[in-house]
Amino acid sequence: MTNNQLTAKGQLRHFLTIEGLKKPLLTEIMDRAEQFSGISTRHVKKVPLLRGKTIVNLFFENSTRTRTTFELAAKRLSADVMNLNINTSATSKGESLLDTLHNLESMHTDMFVVRHNQSGAAEFIAQHVAPHVSVINAGDGCHAHPTQAMLDMFTIRRHKGHFPNLRVAIIGDILHSRVARSQIQALSILGVGEIRVIGPKTLLPSDCETLGLHVYHDLESGLKDVDVVITLRLQLERMQGALLPSSREYFDCFGLTEEKLSFAKPDAIVMHPGPINRGVEIASAVADGPQSVILEQVTHGIAVRMAVMSMALGAQSELNEI
Amino acid sequence: MKLRIANGRIINPASQMDSHHDIFISDGKIIAIADELADFVADQTIDASGQIVCPGLIDLCARLREPGQEHTATIDSETRAAVKGGITSLCIPPDTAPVIDTPAVIELIEDRAKKAGRAMVYTIGALTQNLQGDLLSEMLALKKAGCIGISNGMRPIKNTLILRRAMEYAATLDLTLFINASDPWLQAQGCIHEGTVSTRLGLGGIPEAAETIAIARDLLLIEKTGVSAHFHNISTGKGVDLIRDAQRKGLPVTADVSPHHLHLSEHDIGNYDSLSHVLPPLRSTRDREQLQQGLRDGVISAISSNHQPLDNDAKLGPFAETIPGISGLETLLPLTMKLVDDEELTLMQAIASLTCQPADILGIDAGHLKVGSAADLCIFDPNSHYECKPNAFISAGKNSPFAGWLFQNQVSHTIFNGKIVFRQE
Repeated sequence: MTNNQLTAKGQLRHFLTIEGLKKPLLTEIMDRAEQFSGISTRHVKKVPLLRGKTIVNLFFENSTRTRTTFELAAKRLSADVMNLNINTSATSKGESLLDTLHNLESMHTDMFVVRHNQSGAAEFIAQHVAPHVSVINAGDGCHAHPTQAMLDMFTIRRHKGHFPNLRVAIIGDILHSRVARSQIQALSILGVGEIRVIGPKTLLPSDCETLGLHVYHDLESGLKDVDVVITLRLQLERMQGALLPSSREYFDCFGLTEEKLSFAKPDAIVMHPGPINRGVEIASAVADGPQSVILEQVTHGIAVRMAVMSMALGAQSELNEI
Repeated sequence: MKLRIANGRIINPASQMDSHHDIFISDGKIIAIADELADFVADQTIDASGQIVCPGLIDLCARLREPGQEHTATIDSETRAAVKGGITSLCIPPDTAPVIDTPAVIELIEDRAKKAGRAMVYTIGALTQNLQGDLLSEMLALKKAGCIGISNGMRPIKNTLILRRAMEYAATLDLTLFINASDPWLQAQGCIHEGTVSTRLGLGGIPEAAETIAIARDLLLIEKTGVSAHFHNISTGKGVDLIRDAQRKGLPVTADVSPHHLHLSEHDIGNYDSLSHVLPPLRSTRDREQLQQGLRDGVISAISSNHQPLDNDAKLGPFAETIPGISGLETLLPLTMKLVDDEELTLMQAIASLTCQPADILGIDAGHLKVGSAADLCIFDPNSHYECKPNAFISAGKNSPFAGWLFQNQVSHTIFNGKIVFRQE
């Protein structure tokens, strides 16, 4: 299997999935995000790295946070940004997805930031764009959400420093979560000591153990001695299809409360990719509590996305001029 | 017309023949298999030196897209592809549009096939009206019109009472029931095998149980009703085990498998390769081995192409939105023979699974080389080497995951009713 997100020299061309990337590249993304994070607090929140570049946010699925942070990241890099929200029902056939793409491409777009409800959509688009166009995956179905994973890694690194000694627990709907898939891959590449997943069997992939994950079905044992607790958003449609009986029962078993959090290490941080369902997967007291870094994640999202966009558009050489 | 096929190595699994003779054909029939035939003056002689001569292949399941989707493929285009692949008889499942639930549709297909005149096209009638699973089709009328069996296609019957009645009725008429076993609920949300690859790619999985539950249910009703049944396109090792047990019990059941399930696995989906999107899905490597074992044991007695020609747009899109199916007519023989090269099957087993054994399942006088029988033959060159290039397929469907595979055993001639219907240029 070829990794078509990298150029022949191993530089980032597209950013579709964490799978197959090497540790130095992930570290480079985080280092670069570190440099960019200062810009947001400056008086003039802009650098001219992507001046004259056109970036299209192509969202086939609703999103507020991800789209806005991508938009802000692009604007802070001085790119021109266009937001397109496309109703998936209007493009239910593959050829019209390609038609949309080629139409936008003919407007001399340099980058597509794509969110789509189908796994593999970003990969598909990357296979069909012109050679000079980069594709950033902003979430495809249940497959991957690599910029979210990288902003999570960035957040963990800021709080915990090194990865190898950490125990990280991910709670909730792993089966349908593109965030969890990308996090697990990033954590593995960065050499985290132990990755745990906690949830009912209906929400865990059947072959978790073969992926090197430690599987738990209750928070008490699953959170013991953990450094990082990641709760996932529970899609409320999971009550359909008999995956769960009710959100109340889910909260009873897997909702992160202060009491449950006390099983983790005292200095454990609590993360959530958002948007939060308070009282479903996490109690307000925890989400707003001292161990929560949830809002920091959002802030970090801008710097990490600036890093990925600037790398993919080959602006490496100019970085030193910031 | 008198035709002589000279110097070929004749493989005729029906009589376990593997020897060098000439075949003499007159008026569409084989009149002798011998070294010489007195007073025979051939109008044409095919020199088959170094080549294998076997019965024309019989494919138990090929969709030709006519009637209903002539923009994708036609009986004419697909029978052309069939004979390029050495196939002289094939069966169309009932899910055409309109479905094969009236004699008129059977007549239309037979008429078009006769006009094409290259291969025998058999129809499998619909088990229920419009394949909707609630009213029985007029099976007697379909049988009289010439359908060779009965099936509900890729639309499993959910209601077990109706399935039982349909089996009883088919048994009354002595019609073989062709089954694509899948549990509609377990299959509903998936597009690939549930396993490590579905987890990695975030695609909905179809568990093995989607097939085994359906097979187990159907076998219990087959036992109860006594209907003869054939399972199409088995994809799991456990499915093979269930059928093996049923055969040991003496139930009248047979099964086939597709070449892609014998050669590929879930891992061939790679990064969302939609050409490997097929139903039932490509399973684990272990399933693949067990399917090969099932063939060796004779539990699975036929290999069928499960040909599904699609236009290019059907495969362009995010994986789950693409249409499942593989264009298989032109790769049936080379992929089956590859199992001989890989020492998974003997030459006799491989040819039998494409000729006399599917003929037995259908109960037709074909798939063998016999004096007095119709001269349907396939001649292929075991020493040929070529690269599989789907864009060069004759089939209107270029959708094959085997692009770039190196094949041997290219068909040089196909003969149907004594007439040369394909010749490799």
